[in-house]
Amino acid sequence: MTTASTAPPKARGSDRAKEIFARSPALGPTAALIIALVFFSIATSTFLNLDNFSTIVGQTVVVSTLALGQTMVILTAGIDLANGAIMVFATVLMAKLSMQMASSAAVLIGILVAGGVAAISGLLVTRLRLPPFIVTLGMLAVVTAVSALYSGGTTTDVSSDSTLTLLGKQIAIGSVNISYGMILAAIMFVVIWMVLGKTGWGRHVYAVGNDSEAARLNGINIKATVLSVYVVAGIIYGLAAWMALGRSPSADPNAFQTGNLDSITAVVIGGTSLFGGRGGVVGTIIGALIVSVLRNGLTAMQIDSNYQNLATGVLVILAVAFDQLTRRRSS
Amino acid sequence: MSPATTTNITPSDTSGPARGPAGVQPILAARGVVKRYGKVTAVRESDFDLFPGEVLAVVGDNGAGKSSIIKAMTGAVIPDSGHIYLDGEEIRFSSPNEARKRGIETVYQTLAVAPALDIATNLFLGREIRKEGFLGKLRFLDKKAMRIEAKSQLESLGIATVQDINVPIENLSGGQRQAVAVARAAMFGTKLVILDEPTAALGVKETASVLDLIKRISARGLPVILISHDMPAIFEVADRIHVHRLGRRVGVVDPKEITMSDAVAFITGALAIPVDGQVTEHFHEHHSA
Repeated sequence: MTTASTAPPKARGSDRAKEIFARSPALGPTAALIIALVFFSIATSTFLNLDNFSTIVGQTVVVSTLALGQTMVILTAGIDLANGAIMVFATVLMAKLSMQMASSAAVLIGILVAGGVAAISGLLVTRLRLPPFIVTLGMLAVVTAVSALYSGGTTTDVSSDSTLTLLGKQIAIGSVNISYGMILAAIMFVVIWMVLGKTGWGRHVYAVGNDSEAARLNGINIKATVLSVYVVAGIIYGLAAWMALGRSPSADPNAFQTGNLDSITAVVIGGTSLFGGRGGVVGTIIGALIVSVLRNGLTAMQIDSNYQNLATGVLVILAVAFDQLTRRRSS
Repeated sequence: MSPATTTNITPSDTSGPARGPAGVQPILAARGVVKRYGKVTAVRESDFDLFPGEVLAVVGDNGAGKSSIIKAMTGAVIPDSGHIYLDGEEIRFSSPNEARKRGIETVYQTLAVAPALDIATNLFLGREIRKEGFLGKLRFLDKKAMRIEAKSQLESLGIATVQDINVPIENLSGGQRQAVAVARAAMFGTKLVILDEPTAALGVKETASVLDLIKRISARGLPVILISHDMPAIFEVADRIHVHRLGRRVGVVDPKEITMSDAVAFITGALAIPVDGQVTEHFHEHHSA
């Protein structure tokens, strides 16, 4: 064998840059986050302090958790438009059930039901081979309606229930308040990061999203892998529901109506490809933080919230354009 | 394998050295396989034999059914009737995965690699090595072991020029991707390796290195089925040529006995396959020498 024939082609500078970004999709978002942090620290006097940072993290913790599940679904080349609705249904269910049984049992059932509802999406996607966009769009409407019917459209106050609001409890470290919810979210993030990166199942999730036919020919059970992703994501939405009750001690069937889009925004800004198989949860957390920092910083600069939405929208488009550009390569 | 091994595989009446040396049992054989797709009969009562240590080219026009009979033997499609034998044992695979578990590896034309994932991950896709002990019970992967194994495998096949085992497949050239897919098959194939048009998309230089790779696999004693249209490639590496026409094997020929134009004539039916005895003798000489 001649060595020349299999030697890698000499990379041009732009190809090299593309390669670096393609291999570390969280690099761009991290740079953007650092730029935003530096900018707002200089531009405003109120931004740079630990107390404000814990506010920023606290504001994003529920959406970040939804985005954690969303990341896994998007990695399989799917999308979950129903995640916010499933979470809201779980909050309503936990609140209602806690009146009839021990609150801890209500929380557990709420989490499991969230997993079960997401499993319905997963079964429709894998068994009937329906597009995830359509399946979860339908589930969004169905679950929203069920929440409204079940709750009678009214908000249930749970502020007196110490179990349902447990994750809202805070421990103070100096001037910084850290909620149990933040700690749980951090643990979940680390666990999912390890599972996706370091287990066979995690590699299969990427392989299925990257090229499902190649995955199938290598003996990976695509249906089981995708279904398990929806179930795990659903359980994460259920945990997000518990966190949401901790942050705002009431189960409101009309809350988090943009939870699905906010979570997709975090995933996309975080550099995970909507085409599947590329990206990961590190980017998603950074993506969620970018949105939260942007909103917090622009508020500190006393800029109209409409401009905050505008900036977020521009970021999403930039992120997808960047993903497309790094994927296009001269091979 | 002892020449005295008895076999329950019925002799084939297809002309050519299909029966192989007397008493040697084929690694993979088929008798009377039929595969229909709706009203179309892709494979009609076809036989097949792959003998130990050989590179068998499978040739035929588009639509002749050469891919279908291979797929029918490896579980990629389910044959409507017929018998299939692996090492003399009658088998029927219902999925490619079952065939893989028995040591039959296929390199598909599409290569079946995940472009965004790195070389080591692709080599072990679906067959990852887990860590030992508690972390292994938690299904954690031994990435280091996989990298080391992947690197030594690529080096032993002369693909050491792929320096970085962590490079995503999409950053490799077409020939390098093919080499990775072939290396994966060689790594896990214990019985035989099937290559489907491995040189179809490659340039002259890359074709040469893939043919080198086939020779290296063959030198390990692993039999290879090479489905191809590439006559110069076939004549360079194949020990025997299985000619498929109109859904069945019309004969098996020795590339040393014929010219490329003969082979094309056999494929199109312009020329009949030489008589049985003559070529069997050549095959015999070739393998007992």
